[in-house]
Amino acid sequence: MSDCLSSVQFEINGEVRTLRVPPMKRLLDVLREDLRLTGTKEGCGEGECGSCSVRMNGELVNSCLVPVLQAEGASLQTVEGLANEGKLHPLQQAFLHCGGAQCGICTPGMLMAATQLLAVNPQPNLAEIREGLAGNLCRCTGFKRIFDSVIAAAAESQTQATEQAAHAR
Amino acid sequence: MRGNPLAHGLIAPGSLPDVLQLLSTEPGKWTPIAGGTELMVAHAAGRLEAAHLVSLWGIPELRFIECRADSISIGAGSTFRDLRSHAGIAEQLPLLAKAAGWIGSIANQSRATLGGNLVNGSPAADSSPALLVYDAEVELLSARGSRRIRYADFHTGYKSNVMTAEELVFAIHVPVRFASHRQYLRKVGTRRAMAISKVALAATARMEGQFIREIRIAAASLAPFPTRLTATEGALAGKAIGPSAIKEAHAALLVEAKPLDDIRSTADYRKAVAANLLGEFLMDLNAEAAPR
Repeated sequence: MSDCLSSVQFEINGEVRTLRVPPMKRLLDVLREDLRLTGTKEGCGEGECGSCSVRMNGELVNSCLVPVLQAEGASLQTVEGLANEGKLHPLQQAFLHCGGAQCGICTPGMLMAATQLLAVNPQPNLAEIREGLAGNLCRCTGFKRIFDSVIAAAAESQTQATEQAAHAR
Repeated sequence: MRGNPLAHGLIAPGSLPDVLQLLSTEPGKWTPIAGGTELMVAHAAGRLEAAHLVSLWGIPELRFIECRADSISIGAGSTFRDLRSHAGIAEQLPLLAKAAGWIGSIANQSRATLGGNLVNGSPAADSSPALLVYDAEVELLSARGSRRIRYADFHTGYKSNVMTAEELVFAIHVPVRFASHRQYLRKVGTRRAMAISKVALAATARMEGQFIREIRIAAASLAPFPTRLTATEGALAGKAIGPSAIKEAHAALLVEAKPLDDIRSTADYRKAVAANLLGEFLMDLNAEAAPR
């Protein structure tokens, strides 16, 4: 069946990978099965729940709806790409601190949607947070603690920016 | 995942002429796939019939938004995120910008394309009512040339349209002469975010004092495909806005609407809500036109 496979190259979490895969294999399955990046979860498998959210070329996508061939040449980020040298990303830290994660199935997708939101809007208000995470379903937390986590992470990054600016002077 | 990835071929020629060539040499063999928000759902469920797919994702010639004095042209490969974040569309085509913000979630909007929404042809398609009341035109392209048709003539039945197997949607052209019109768009679904509509209604009207000089009304989920409500328009055009015109339009809509019972709603509910949405728009027109 090797003639059914395509060669696909992309950058994932800063690393360039080349794979031979069926071109219609879902990016979600390539991440989990071929790359063993099992942080990305499958929920509904039809683009409704957001648990498989990853970032592709700076945009949020549902990896269950991306045929892997369409990720050719892309720059991808999954939840495994958030922590840096063993140090949790401020959003991960905030989810821990505020109780934003319970069973954990939605958490990687929530983190990626929140990362996307803060990348385009570093200081979102509550309405903007609700909209940014509207495609990510959580059945445990009632969302309140997730929103609190994003607010806390945004406040933390603002504090850090202010401190850095003070140091720079 | 019930589908089998090995049962479907997918190629990505990467340029528009190459895709058109493929479609013209082997018409009917290839199914175009853009952002995959519809076909990949079918694939996961094991009900994707297409054996050979050709990717339209990442073809630069299909992803553009061009503003001219009298119209805005939108490449079929533009995503709803492109539409939402475009200043010209927000200013000139506010109903389309609003609809783009309704479609699924952010993650869906960054993949779903305007061309895909039209070709998929769901009776509930979110972008359709706005395009219908703006008198949009669709430009179809094949290796042999291009043709432009009114979007109102694009759909021919449930999930069917006028395209041949060799054609792609290239662009959607929308006139920008509605700035002075009163504009309305509202969707009713199960919840605010991420819900497919039970019914949606769009309308534009040009008023001269009390009189409705031009009116366009279009709906999703009231027929096998998104349509203009021409009989309801006829009950209003040229009339003075007021209780009797509103009553006649209400009656015309209830006759003209032919919704279905399905998993998302009932025909009776859809009719009642569509009539209420029309009523909301007309009451606003009436309030605006009332002498102060």
